[in-house]
Amino acid sequence: MTDPAIDHVDAFRASLEAAGVTHETVALGEATAAIERAVEEPTVGVPVHVDASLPASVDTEFSPSDLHAATTGVTPARLGVAALGSLLVPSGEHGDELVALYPERHVAVLAASDVVPDLDAATDWLQSEVDAGRDSYVFATGVSATADMGALVEGVHGPTNVHVVLVDDREATSGDDTTNA
Amino acid sequence: MSSESRRETAAKIRALLDTEGPNIEAQARDLNAGRVEATEAFAEYEALRSDARRIKEDAIERIPELVDTVREAVEARGGHVYLAEDAADANRYVQSVCEDVDAETLVKSKSMTTEELEVNDALVEAGVDPYETDLGEFVVQLADESPSHLVGPAMHRSREDIAALLNDHFDPDEPFESADEMTAFVRDYLGDRIREADVGMTGANFVAADSGTMALVTNEGNARKCAATPPVHVAVAGVEKLIPSVSDLEPFVALLSKAATGQAISQYVSVLSPPVDTPIPDFDGDEFRPADDRAFHLVLVDNGRMAMREDDDLRETLYCVRCGACSNSCANFQQVGGHAFGGETYTGGIATGWEAGVHGQDAAGEFNDLCTGCTRCVNACPVKIDIPWINTVVRDRINRGDDPGRFDALVDGLVPDEEPAGLDLQKRFFGNVHTVARVGSALAPVSNWLAASAPARAAMERVLGVDRRRDLPQFARESFVDWFDDRGGARVPEPGAARSAVVYPDTYTNYVSPERGKAAVRALEALDVHVRVPAVPGSGRAPLSQGMIATARSNAEHVHDALAPHLDAGRDVVVVEPSDLAMFASDYERLLPADAHERLADSSYEICEYVYGRLSNDADPGSLAALDGDVAYHSHCQQRTLDLEAHTVAVLETCGATVRTSDVECCGMAGSFGYKEQYYDLSVDVGAPLADDFATADRVVASGTSCADQLESLLDARAPHPIELIAP
Repeated sequence: MTDPAIDHVDAFRASLEAAGVTHETVALGEATAAIERAVEEPTVGVPVHVDASLPASVDTEFSPSDLHAATTGVTPARLGVAALGSLLVPSGEHGDELVALYPERHVAVLAASDVVPDLDAATDWLQSEVDAGRDSYVFATGVSATADMGALVEGVHGPTNVHVVLVDDREATSGDDTTNA
Repeated sequence: MSSESRRETAAKIRALLDTEGPNIEAQARDLNAGRVEATEAFAEYEALRSDARRIKEDAIERIPELVDTVREAVEARGGHVYLAEDAADANRYVQSVCEDVDAETLVKSKSMTTEELEVNDALVEAGVDPYETDLGEFVVQLADESPSHLVGPAMHRSREDIAALLNDHFDPDEPFESADEMTAFVRDYLGDRIREADVGMTGANFVAADSGTMALVTNEGNARKCAATPPVHVAVAGVEKLIPSVSDLEPFVALLSKAATGQAISQYVSVLSPPVDTPIPDFDGDEFRPADDRAFHLVLVDNGRMAMREDDDLRETLYCVRCGACSNSCANFQQVGGHAFGGETYTGGIATGWEAGVHGQDAAGEFNDLCTGCTRCVNACPVKIDIPWINTVVRDRINRGDDPGRFDALVDGLVPDEEPAGLDLQKRFFGNVHTVARVGSALAPVSNWLAASAPARAAMERVLGVDRRRDLPQFARESFVDWFDDRGGARVPEPGAARSAVVYPDTYTNYVSPERGKAAVRALEALDVHVRVPAVPGSGRAPLSQGMIATARSNAEHVHDALAPHLDAGRDVVVVEPSDLAMFASDYERLLPADAHERLADSSYEICEYVYGRLSNDADPGSLAALDGDVAYHSHCQQRTLDLEAHTVAVLETCGATVRTSDVECCGMAGSFGYKEQYYDLSVDVGAPLADDFATADRVVASGTSCADQLESLLDARAPHPIELIAP
């Protein structure tokens, strides 16, 4: 039996690549190290949505000037959309929106179990979040871009490069081969 | 339109064709190709278009209720909602919000609605410096121009133009050259403006009423920054942007970027429920202020929209999602851009509806005639707006002037139309072309000699605006209907025939190119079809294209009366001219009672579609002409919209030809359009890519009469109808 979640993760990675986003898939225990590898200092960050701590090099007590000076911002992504390579970044009290937007490099940390197949599934999820009062997100796909200056240029008001640390937590959440189906 | 104003229009268009046109053409055609590719590869496209349309229809119906709902939702979160009656009202509110916080600067993300309000002028008046942060809008703001495109406001400028503008304005040590250099500079410059701004202003692509959640779609990320950075967020949106809830967003998010740019999704689709919880970065004081300090104002704008909602013909305009697909798919727009094909604010085909609704009919009248009714935008529109119809209706209203009931009994008795006395003579001439052709044919060849004489051409240009550089159609001495009678009528008797059909003698086939009709008769009879060619009036296409709806309706009724007995007898209706078939299939829906339209539409076929049908039902292709070698085929705009290009290609191939088609949207002639003095240059420019495409072809065929006229004049070779090749 094919686990549909596995297909989604493969499709998601392919979509990330098509959108010009790099990625690394790691086990939960390696997440902190993978984030460390992915950042270019100075780095600001906000708590991520997997059970891993941010490396010490990530400044979580940053000021607006730190934000402005940072090369990398680390945030959670609450969903990944397989068909599009989109990341759903929260816009909340920790300042995720600013951290994902101001620095030229954005590192998003996403649990593989949070990859959904398509926009339809993502919108359903979003509606349930809105109903629960958690209601501001951005679908970010690829890097900030414009063609307004006469040719396509990447890196405008948002990041020039985006990297996803995909934390493979699926054994724990999606049922494994040893259980009876 | 006077002879003088026709010349002014021609001069303006000619100037734009030389300056902005090439920049617009490259980008608009690129975006259009992107849309086609993205939507053709997208299996759910049609289903999502229907969903999007349904959601918009419902939402517009429920605007008053949705306004109440969104007010409750936003106020419950601590935000404010203001329903502005018109532009002045909206601007006053925005000014007061700025005054309350002693704002010095305001940063904006791209919003056509704020362009409509001219909110920047109002801000300056209140002592607030507004900065556009979308790079294209920033360029347009620096240049003090209006956007030339709904999505790409600076599309009319080349990289070199923009570099010159920036160098002039900022006088850098090293002059800017590349797009990278300019983008980096403007990003830093606007980054400073965003960090220091007192107020951030955004539009909203959609607003979900039940939660006050808004969707903002951008590629640059500027809307996100404008919404999250300053301590005050003002979102300005037309009331038509309201949808019931977040779950209704999906079809729009899925369609918008594909229709606009061919992207599967734009880089950033923010789904925000302001005021957002993001702490406020105070870059001056270098501290974060609590999110609770953030003020949010949703300014909902009426400015004519509630009246549009009551208007059965303009209402559809409110479904528009401002993707620009109607502009990109439009052959005329591709050549001149929004500075000709646009009004005070809006650009492209849908602009007629917006301008008539928010700025008034005169604003639409400036450019409305650039819509030729070719219908290429109809299938491009992600919410299925009948954009050509909106253009026709507004043209009709402009024809009628301020008094829709204006009617002059004397003039009415003299001309064969149903239009008011003051109607533009050029429109009246082209709208009555059926009568012109009938008389011209009766008097041929004298009428042809007379019309071709230099004094006659000069007079026609001066009085009627018929450009003297165009060859006029040569009227045939014997009409198609007369030829059919003279030959003794049908050669395949009705009893025992495989099918029975009427060939509709459209104006051109009947009076100008009877050979197309004769070929149709020969081909059909070879395929065992009993054929009749009764005298049937003009379809109304010509008056409809001039906005003469009452005349078109009267024509439709006469056509229906003439064809009804044949439909009763079970005969099919076969049409040679695609624009006339489109009348029966589509436009008559607006002109005839529903059952009459449906019956005629269901029984009508394009000639090659009909031949295709016979061949698919075991008729012998050997009874048609055998072809070999290459044929270059240009279909017809309305034929393509009806999805009937493939049938002609298949029939030509069945007969042995190797067929090459063009993906150029339009030949540029568009019925009478290319004959008009003020549009002749544009028409020739639109046709140029097609002429290039077919320059080396040995044999060129075209389904539409005006397409054939244009190709013949551009290629200097005859371009017959495909049926003339196929017929034995």
